[in-house]
Amino acid sequence: MARRAAFLAGAGAAALAAGLALAQAPGPAPEPHRTITSPESGRNYATPETLAIQDDDFQNPAFLWVEEGEQAWNHPAGSAGQSCASCHQDATASMRGVRARYPAYNAAKGRVVTLEQQVNICRTERMGAPELRIDSRELNAMTAFIGLQSRGMPMNVDISGPARPFFDRGEEFYNTRRGQLDMRCGSCHEDNYGRSLRADLLSQGMSNGFPTYRLKEQRVISLQFRLQGCVNDVRGEPPAMGSEEFTNLEFYLAWRAQGLPVETPSVRR
Amino acid sequence: MAAPIGQPRVRLPAQIKAGEVIEIRTLISHIMETGQRRNQEGQIIPRDIIKSFTCTFEGQPVFSMDLHPAISANPYIAFPFKAERAGNLEMVWTNDAGEQRKLTQAVRLAE
Repeated sequence: MARRAAFLAGAGAAALAAGLALAQAPGPAPEPHRTITSPESGRNYATPETLAIQDDDFQNPAFLWVEEGEQAWNHPAGSAGQSCASCHQDATASMRGVRARYPAYNAAKGRVVTLEQQVNICRTERMGAPELRIDSRELNAMTAFIGLQSRGMPMNVDISGPARPFFDRGEEFYNTRRGQLDMRCGSCHEDNYGRSLRADLLSQGMSNGFPTYRLKEQRVISLQFRLQGCVNDVRGEPPAMGSEEFTNLEFYLAWRAQGLPVETPSVRR
Repeated sequence: MAAPIGQPRVRLPAQIKAGEVIEIRTLISHIMETGQRRNQEGQIIPRDIIKSFTCTFEGQPVFSMDLHPAISANPYIAFPFKAERAGNLEMVWTNDAGEQRKLTQAVRLAE
């Protein structure tokens, strides 16, 4: 009973904090309030056995995806007869830091796009190739390969200027209670991290390791696939992967993890 | 239809001295479908696993193992090997349908 009471008190305090943030007058967008001021990577909540797999690039099965992504990088696709390398040449140089600053505002599209969506924009608009399905093996292989080039660099998304409204919508999604369990993202990942949820240890829900090899799925998964899992877990109706809701949420999550080193491709249970 | 057996990865130490016991590490991309799961329509998804792995050195058996449904997707197999002379390691992964993926890995000794 004591644990339940503490849970409810924590949720109440967070709701109050969110209410205060909303009450601020509009104007030049104020610096958003960071509930977790010193974020911790999910690796701090993973078991030593899981980390042993992640920390060994040979044993880490995500590198099977990375290798597929590297091959696809150099392989022409689509009617323009171009590969990623035709424009971007050597990924180790040109893609360094890209994972750390995505999702990012795309001026031509007038909205924030994820790394997955940017790959598809390149494919359809420059290569004449069909879009890859979000969370498909091909797309996860490409984003794992691109993400690896930023490994160790601090997450650093730009939420200023035209990107700000998308950030705010992501924050709103994060803080909205949903599902039959009536929980917001922070009910677990801000109020109760470090505590057990049945057999699992709740993390802060930081996104710096995605795409990640998830042992449960036995494959590399994208962040938005995991987000669908979260919404399902609170018995809600998840938006589609690649939808505007999840894209804005992914943008907000990246900002939450600001400063954490990119761990792509991580291994998680 | 059996799922494709992906490209294997094999790694040996960079420097191998004659007579040294080294660890050979392998990883292969495969779904390892257990045969106990059901699809959306409630039908059993047929079992499709890599059922055996063998490694020989110049025709001489080095290591072999049978794999079972409880082994995770993308099996990682590591085993010791005493490198006495240079030569080729032949590795074979075989799935339920009898399809094979072979890889030849040269063992070179440091001077």
